[in-house]
Amino acid sequence: MSDAPITPRGGPAPAFEVEDPLAVAARRRVRNYKLTVRAGQIGTFIVIVAGWQLLTHFKILDPFFAGSPWGILLRLADWAVHGTAYGSLWLQIWVTMEEALLGFAVGVISGVVMGVLLGEIPLLADILGPYIKMVNALPRIVLGSIFVIWLGLGLPSKVMLAAVLVFFVVFFNAFQGVRSVDRNLVANARILGASRLQVVWHVVVPSATTWIIASLHVALGFSIIGAIVGEFLGAQKGLGLVIATAQNNFDTNGVFGAMLIIGLIAVSAEGLMSIAERRLLAWRPPAATETSQAGL
Amino acid sequence: MSVSTEDGIELTGVTKRFVTPTGSTMTAIRDVNLRVGAGRFCAVVGPTGCGKSTTLTLTAGLERASAGQVRVFGKPVDGITPNAGFVFQTDALMPWKSVLDNVALGPKFRGMATRDALAEARRWLGVVGLAGFEDHYPHQLSGGMRKRVSLAAALINKPRLLLMDEPFSALDVQTRAIMTNELLRLWEQTRPSVLFVTHDLEEAISMADLVVVMTAGPATVKAVYEIDLPRPRGAVQDIRFTPRFLELYRQIWESLREEVERTYALSAAATARRAAS
Ligand SMILES: Nc1ncnc2c1ncn2[C@@H]1O[C@H](COP(=O)(O)OP(=O)(O)OP(=O)(O)O)[C@@H](O)[C@H]1O
Ligand SMILES: [Mg+2]
Repeated sequence: MSDAPITPRGGPAPAFEVEDPLAVAARRRVRNYKLTVRAGQIGTFIVIVAGWQLLTHFKILDPFFAGSPWGILLRLADWAVHGTAYGSLWLQIWVTMEEALLGFAVGVISGVVMGVLLGEIPLLADILGPYIKMVNALPRIVLGSIFVIWLGLGLPSKVMLAAVLVFFVVFFNAFQGVRSVDRNLVANARILGASRLQVVWHVVVPSATTWIIASLHVALGFSIIGAIVGEFLGAQKGLGLVIATAQNNFDTNGVFGAMLIIGLIAVSAEGLMSIAERRLLAWRPPAATETSQAGL
Repeated sequence: MSVSTEDGIELTGVTKRFVTPTGSTMTAIRDVNLRVGAGRFCAVVGPTGCGKSTTLTLTAGLERASAGQVRVFGKPVDGITPNAGFVFQTDALMPWKSVLDNVALGPKFRGMATRDALAEARRWLGVVGLAGFEDHYPHQLSGGMRKRVSLAAALINKPRLLLMDEPFSALDVQTRAIMTNELLRLWEQTRPSVLFVTHDLEEAISMADLVVVMTAGPATVKAVYEIDLPRPRGAVQDIRFTPRFLELYRQIWESLREEVERTYALSAAATARRAAS
C-alpha cells in the first residue's frame, strides 16, 4: 500500500512560505475591512449616546421619562458606592447570576436527559407527548406566580422558573436531535458490537449535541429572563427587584442602569458560550465564512 | 467444494416487504435462495434498486425477513449477526470522532481496553495506507480515504462474515486496483465468508468464488456462477486478460444484461405513464 497516492500528515502546504504579494494584499484588505467595521460600531455608539445626552440636556426629550447617559452613570456610581436599597450592588448581581446559572444548569440537564429518553423510547414519547405540549402551550411566566407561592421569596422559586424556561427549549432540540440521528451510523455501531447504551453514548448523544448546543444560546437568555421575572414577581434581593423598585419610584435612570448591567452579564455569558461551543464542535467542517478568515 | 455449506450463509425462500409511507407494501426481494459456504467469497451483481443492499441488511440482522429464513454459521438470524463486519454503501463513519477513534470503535465495543484498541486501530490504518491521518476528522479526508477507513473499521474485528456494499465505488481506478488486491490478500489470511455487492462485473469475477446474478426488482436469484479461476489470484488487473476470465465475463454479462435492460424498460415505462397521466 506504500504506493498509494497520498502524503501522510499532508494538510495544505504552508500558505505563506514566500511572501506572495497577492496574499499580502488580500490580508491588508481584510484588515482594512475589519477596522472599518469596528470604527463604524464605535461611531454608532457615540452618535446614539451623545445624541441622547444632548436631547435630554436641552430638554427636547424630558429627562424624567427618557433618563440620560450621564444620569445612568451617576446612578450606577451611587449604587456601586452606597449600595442599593437591598444591600450592595454586587450582592444583587451575584444573587441574580446565581439564580440564572442554577436554573440554566437544572434546565439543560433535565432537558437533555428527557429529550434523549423520549427520543430513544417512542412509547414514552407517545404517552407523555400531549402533556408536554400542554405545559409548553402555557404562558410559562404565570408558572412564576405558582413557584413563588410554593417555594417562597427566596432563591428556589427563581431557579425553578428559569429552569422551566430553559427546559423546554433544550428538551425540544434534544428530542429532535435524537430523532434525526443518521440510522446508518446506528446500524454501523450495532454491527461493530455496541450495546444499546453504547449506541446512545457514542452515536445518539454526540449527533444530538449539534442540536442541543444550538438551543443553548436561546436557553441562556431565557435563564436570565427567568431569574429577573421571578424577582419581579416577588423577591428580597436581586436585579429584578432593583428594577421593580426603580419602576415604582419613576427612577428611569435606575431602570436603564440595571438593564445595562443585565445586558453586560448576558453578553459576557454569550461569549463564554461561543468559546465552549467551538470546543465541543471542533470536529465540524468550518462554515464558509470561517474558512475565509482561517485561510488568511 | 471441500468446505461444507452448513456453516456459511444460507438464505431460504427469503422475502422482504417494506411498508411505504402511504401504507401499501413494497416487495424489495422475493423468494431468495442462496448458499455461500464458510470461507467463500461471493459477489452479488444485479440492476440498480433490485434489492442487493436489502439482502445484506437481512444477513447482518439489521432487518427481519418477512418470509423465509436467514441462517448464518448454522444459526437462524435473530438480532444482530455476531462476528460480522459491514462496509456500508453510504458513509457510516462518526463525523465527530477522529479517524483513529472511528477505527478503534469495534474493539472498544467488544470490551478491549482503550489503549490496546487504539494500538490495534493504528496498525489497521497502516494496513489500509492511512498511517499519518490518525488525528484527522472524516470530513478532512477524500471520499476514497473515508472508504478505506470504513474498511479498516470493519476488518479490525476480524469478522467471520464480511458484508460489503459497493465498497470501492467511490475510488478512482488506480486506488481501486490497489484496494482490490489488498482486500484479497487480507481475505486469504483469515478467510471470512464474504458477500460483496458491486456494479462492476469485472471486479466481481476477478475477486469471487461465486457470482450471484439477481433479477430486476423485486429481486430473486437468477443464476449462480462458480468462478474456477485459480487462487491466489495475484494481481487482479492481469487476470482480466486470461481466456477463462473473458469467457466467464461474456456468459455472466449476457445474463445480467437482460435484467439491466428490463429494469431500464420498466422505469422508462413508469416515467412515460406518469407523463401521460
Ligand atoms: N427501508 C426501506 N423502506 C422502504 N423501501 C425500501 C427500504 N429499503 C429499500 N427499499 C426499497 O427496496 C428496493 C431495493 O433497495 P436496495 O437498496 O436493496 O437496492 P440495491 O439493489 O442495493 O440498489 P443499488 O444498486 O442502487 O444500491 C428499492 O426499490 C428501495 O426503494
Ligand atoms: Mg444498494
